Amino acid sequence: MKIIAFAEQRNNQFKKTAFEVVRTAKTIADRLSAELVAVVVGGNVSPIAGELGKYGASRVIVVEDSRLQNYSTTAYAKVVAEIAKQESGQVIFFPASSLGKDVAPRVAVKLDAGLATDCTAIRVENGDFVATRPVFAGKGLTDVHITSPVKMFSLRPNVFSAGTPSGEIAAIEKRDVSLTDADFTAAVKEVKASSAKKDVAEADIIVSGGRGLKSPEHFAMIEELASTLNAAVGASRAVVDAGWRPHDEQVGQTGKTVAPTLYIAVAISGAVQHLAGMSSSKYIVAINKDKDAPIFSIADYGIVGDAFEIVPAFSAELKKVLGK
Amino acid sequence: MKILVFVNHVPDTETKVKVSGDGKTIDPAGVNYMLNPYDEIAVEEGLKLKEKSSGEVVVVSLGTDANKETLRKALAMGCDKAVVLKDNSPRDSFGVARALADYAKEYAPDIILCGKQSIDYDNAQVGGLVAEMLGLPSISVVVKLDVTGGVIVAEREIEGGHEIVHSRLPAVIIAQKGLNQPRYPSLKGIMDAKRKLIEERVVAEIKPRVEVLAMKKPSPKPLGKIVGTDTSAVPELVRLLHEEAKVI
Repeated sequence: MKIIAFAEQRNNQFKKTAFEVVRTAKTIADRLSAELVAVVVGGNVSPIAGELGKYGASRVIVVEDSRLQNYSTTAYAKVVAEIAKQESGQVIFFPASSLGKDVAPRVAVKLDAGLATDCTAIRVENGDFVATRPVFAGKGLTDVHITSPVKMFSLRPNVFSAGTPSGEIAAIEKRDVSLTDADFTAAVKEVKASSAKKDVAEADIIVSGGRGLKSPEHFAMIEELASTLNAAVGASRAVVDAGWRPHDEQVGQTGKTVAPTLYIAVAISGAVQHLAGMSSSKYIVAINKDKDAPIFSIADYGIVGDAFEIVPAFSAELKKVLGK
Repeated sequence: MKILVFVNHVPDTETKVKVSGDGKTIDPAGVNYMLNPYDEIAVEEGLKLKEKSSGEVVVVSLGTDANKETLRKALAMGCDKAVVLKDNSPRDSFGVARALADYAKEYAPDIILCGKQSIDYDNAQVGGLVAEMLGLPSISVVVKLDVTGGVIVAEREIEGGHEIVHSRLPAVIIAQKGLNQPRYPSLKGIMDAKRKLIEERVVAEIKPRVEVLAMKKPSPKPLGKIVGTDTSAVPELVRLLHEEAKVI
């Protein structure tokens, strides 16, 4: 049996999810004595591809073409499906990132495969693959399995461990997949980086503000705290809808789903739709004036008090302790 | 322009999830349903395209008679015609996409719009599956869209920024929040909707490839610590984060 891991890269640098996906695929492959093949697609990725060896890949297939420097839904789908077919891959892992969720369904049709998206756990049970995936914005969890011969899973970022990198460098194999203009019918022409210092979806620490902050100016102390912690700034739906913060920062059911190591919720009541976006956080701190705010029911640590006093004190104490 | 929009009829965001007796699905008792919010954004975008370049907006949903409530809402917003593809059997994303793609193949739209995911099962696949089934380009998580003379320039959300994507009609556009602000149906729209046609078609059952084995509620988290009620609690909080949680 062959297991394929799609390792996402951007600008010829691996995303953290590449290591998470490869390591998870390797763990599953070892359980089944199956072979693992990692696949990297991009413009100039040979120099980095061997790094996947540190996360368990002993074979890495590279498809490299200057036209693939920027992402293209249709071209990337064609390449990945082609490699999967050449390798007779039976199980394929993707990250449930923006790119992963975009390309995987198209690959699934090409391979006639069932696809389970945004899985938060995966196990082998009696030779079958069982994935756990959140539903109803995380209010429920389903265990699913796939009945088609080829099975695809996308893994939620920041949930699966990449483990400790070893010293191994993988052997890389360059493959050609013939591509014409017709394969680039949807292609990225330009990438605009957001002005935010750190993206919520990729941050290890998030400091998030809600309507209890009363006005957009008060987000300055949220930004200050975030900066002290090298964290991303997040926002509840209410403050995004009010125009105080950009939609990019919104965490919640109609915003982003995040799973940082630490989530600090300031003046956020904790409506179920917000929790849907951040309840997978490893540690949650809540700062809120209202002792009955639902956010406290999922917080690991909380201070029931005035955010306007506590947040600046928090920044100051951190600077002291972290020696900044 | 022929504009086709896929909409889903889903439990609303206030739904308290209770697992039904079969251990695999939610108990529908007391659940209120709504037009999937991401699909509502797709409907709005379809209506804007119609206003810009004339044409018609057809809205399609897979499900049962209950879906007609959602279709009526889309009609009240201004869509011209609605279709309900009727099948009550369990379906996965692939099965949903197959039925929608078959209809789309027949209707042959210039553009297909749908939301990025349904807020019940959060699979986020149907748009991409349909596009591949029809051999059309697709752009997902779209937060900005321009369609002029058959040329598409769209902005899609990625981690840390946006990608500007170019494509051409016919194509599938998968909407993300922020693309537009859906209009409220006007009173006239609601009245007109009662007269608009909802075509009914029966579609064949398709066995799911992704099968739910079990559904459960997440285990409740053990209660956390309230460290204090004012700034005097801050040093202790920092200490706990540093020494106990080891996150800073």
